[in-house]
Amino acid sequence: MDFTEDQIMRYSRHIILPEVGGKGQEKIAKAKVFMIGAGGLGCPVGYYLTAAGVGTLAMIDNDDVELSNLQRQIAHSTNTIGMPKVESAQATFGALNPDVNIVPLKFRLSKDNILDLIADYDIVIDGSDNFPTRYLVNDACVIAKKPLVSGAILRFEGHVTTVLPGDGHCYRCLFEEMPPPGLVPSCQEAGVLGVLPGIIGGLQAMETLKLILGKGDVLKETLLIYDALKTTFRKVKVRKNPECPVCGDNPSIKELQDYEANYCSS
Amino acid sequence: MEEIVSDKKIDIKGLKCPYTFVKSKLAIEGMEKGQVLEILLDYKEASNSIPKSMEAHGHKVLKVENINDTDWVLLIKKEKD
Repeated sequence: MDFTEDQIMRYSRHIILPEVGGKGQEKIAKAKVFMIGAGGLGCPVGYYLTAAGVGTLAMIDNDDVELSNLQRQIAHSTNTIGMPKVESAQATFGALNPDVNIVPLKFRLSKDNILDLIADYDIVIDGSDNFPTRYLVNDACVIAKKPLVSGAILRFEGHVTTVLPGDGHCYRCLFEEMPPPGLVPSCQEAGVLGVLPGIIGGLQAMETLKLILGKGDVLKETLLIYDALKTTFRKVKVRKNPECPVCGDNPSIKELQDYEANYCSS
Repeated sequence: MEEIVSDKKIDIKGLKCPYTFVKSKLAIEGMEKGQVLEILLDYKEASNSIPKSMEAHGHKVLKVENINDTDWVLLIKKEKD
């Protein structure tokens, strides 16, 4: 791939790195990533991946920007309140780096559309804020064999883990079933300190770039837990569960379920 | 002394760091192992930093020569992909 003079300047700090170089930047430029959510996590993940020059960045989110988002969702602004989040984020990312093909998808992710949506992408990044989506995305990535970089935040704590289907654990090996509704509070109920998604989203973007480059160690079979109040990072080993209902030896989940209905009726 | 023949030449006069190294690195990435890159530059600091960085990347510096009041010629042998 021939870089333009502007691209050589833009990506010079990548190209200088022995682990990246022109060849690594070319891999980044060819990568297609699919992001679930354009909120707290999606904003920093998309921002950094756009800056890094990924080839295609798709993002799906059905919400509009609200004033209460702006304490943490850094791709949106006071001027974009009321606008679909994916359009607000597209404008921000597009201004940062016109090289990136940004695909905004303003509708709900479901069991009926997810496999078609992620089919053409190399890596899926989960920045969703609810359990039905998190389990839907995990199961779809296992079935479609797509690497998944998963992140979650609440109050002062964040989690990151990387699922490589067929080569390590999945989200259900870690937490087999969704917690019952009401057990785990949402950000809406419990709050979140605004910088937290920046840190967790930054880690997700870094995991994604390492997957693209094939360099370093990703959080395979590992859950990283960040405690912002104590300023600690803990790595917890997660074994692949041979009896996992989706990625185990005899999976009971072979096609996607109605996660929303299961969640509300359980 | 045997004259070293370069396989590729780049003229990066007018460029400053870090673009001096960025251009040199992109040039050497596109070459085969064992081939020699000749770099012509006029940014003094780079006559020092490019050889260091090239060695850090695993390549061999064959020559660093101040050819006149303003210019340097570097010869770098590619030793690592």
